[in-house]
Amino acid sequence: MEMEFILSTGRSIWQGEGIEAGCDSDLYFDACARVEIDPEDMEMLGLKENDIVKVKTKYGSVTVYAKESKQSPHSGLIYIPYGTWANVLVESVTQSTGMPNLKHIPATIEKTDDKVLGAHEAIKYYYADGNWEGTTENLKSYYNIH
Amino acid sequence: MIEEKNNVLCPFCGCLCDDGVVMVEDNKIIGTRNLCRIGHKKFETSQHGRAESPRIRKNGKLVPVTLEEAFDKAAEILANAERPLFYGWSATSVEATQVGCMLTEACRGSIDCTAAICHAPSLEAVQDQGAPLSTLGEVMNRADLIIYWGCNPMHAHPRHMSRYSVYPRGFFRRRGRKSRTIMVIDPRQTNTAKLADLHIQVSPASDHMLVHTFREIINSYDVTHETVSGIPADAIRETVEAIGQHQWAILFFGMGLTQQMGKDMNIDVAITLMHELNKYIGTKTTLMPMRGHFNVAGANITICAETGHPFAVDFSRGYPRYLPGETSAMDLLYRGEIDAMLNIGANPGTSFSNRALSHMAKIPLINIEPHNQQLLQLSDVVFSPAMVGIECEGTAYRMDNVPIKLRKVVEPSENCLPDVVILSEILKRVNELKGKGSWSECWGVQEGNGEVV
Repeated sequence: MEMEFILSTGRSIWQGEGIEAGCDSDLYFDACARVEIDPEDMEMLGLKENDIVKVKTKYGSVTVYAKESKQSPHSGLIYIPYGTWANVLVESVTQSTGMPNLKHIPATIEKTDDKVLGAHEAIKYYYADGNWEGTTENLKSYYNIH
Repeated sequence: MIEEKNNVLCPFCGCLCDDGVVMVEDNKIIGTRNLCRIGHKKFETSQHGRAESPRIRKNGKLVPVTLEEAFDKAAEILANAERPLFYGWSATSVEATQVGCMLTEACRGSIDCTAAICHAPSLEAVQDQGAPLSTLGEVMNRADLIIYWGCNPMHAHPRHMSRYSVYPRGFFRRRGRKSRTIMVIDPRQTNTAKLADLHIQVSPASDHMLVHTFREIINSYDVTHETVSGIPADAIRETVEAIGQHQWAILFFGMGLTQQMGKDMNIDVAITLMHELNKYIGTKTTLMPMRGHFNVAGANITICAETGHPFAVDFSRGYPRYLPGETSAMDLLYRGEIDAMLNIGANPGTSFSNRALSHMAKIPLINIEPHNQQLLQLSDVVFSPAMVGIECEGTAYRMDNVPIKLRKVVEPSENCLPDVVILSEILKRVNELKGKGSWSECWGVQEGNGEVV
């Protein structure tokens, strides 16, 4: 089952701690490879804590763990802490301000059986190996206009 | 023997807490006191997993090399690039940023700091509107209404509330928390919102409308809609009334306002709201951006002092140009204009968007980064510097633009040079390659110790 949400990215204290501990640490992986969903929406999607889900936006898709939000209620809004995984989903266009759109991005969530990539693996897979550009070939026309 | 270093500054967030205690034994950090979780982690892990020497990518792998070889390679990349980008500057000292500006000019590149993905829209709005500012000391002594809008200090600036705004007892606010009202505006019920007296749960990306509704009420216009941004109009009227019953208010705002649609325009109207509160209501109101990295304010101030513009400065024509949206790091990268990049004191691997990272993977990337961060996967030359505030001294600016000298706690290892020295060495070689003679001498950089005089 696929459901539509508004994606917001941002800071969390565990993400801050994880970055200082190093991007290959478990702390960082647990803090950032996650999507925080409102408990009611979790129920509607039939998801349990730590289920693997695929989050998709117009700009990319990434596999992360579903977590029940501790800062709820925020029905209809999903939250991914800043990090390698959130970066795949956000919009680069800056509307002449120098700042990309990192909040309020339409997104969908569906359950999947794929593997969640680690921070080093993810950046290598998506950018060094060119998989982000490969999977989002249809974006090119969009960026050519902007 | 365990040595206790007192009054150590924490080089993590814009709060720049100056009351840390760090325990050192045999040049190893073994513990801290007074700091927050993140500050503690920063000191605790600062010496873990450090590379002993610089590295260069050869046949797809990062290989350890001598410092000389790495300096030569970095200078060669930058001197031969047509449009290099110098990005970061927020987790290093302002002295390094000064040398960075010279390096940018010598290479005819672009310089941008992490404000580009943090408070760049705020700076643009301040240029439009001006800003009623204050220091954190004034907030502690005077503020009786504290508004957190689109920020979550419990997570991002863990000691902000306890040191500067909500809990401390001030000269005019003798009862600390009891003397103050806390208001939080955020689409989620964040941990900060749970502590607040009033939480306005605005619907996502509609803050602009909410600020305008505040302004409408202050300027005696009717609010025609029943609900605005998911908030009943009556509740907004009551909120404005509540604001008016306070003497001295401060608005702390964060990424919630700057990273959504509207960007600088959100801050623009917020500043106008502050002006109108001061003018018509009588509540003395100021505002302050919640700066993220410990020296991002310093990076803006230094780049502004050196070039005349706070961020996104382009030297490609030989003189500084400032066009956010054209010369800013994100735009240059996603349009694919950059052909070499130097990253220092920032971690774009965790903060840049997909399109920018995708281009970074294609160009030579020089990375001045002490730890094993994921950006190493894309880097071609990696320097392991001495960390400012832990292994070397430097000046940093707090979020209220107060400069503070960071202290040295432990000695760095042999090949870990301070950022200033690394940049000065690269600058010297770039000038040699470009055949300009030693510019560093006429700019006043003392070679060797790297101090700027």
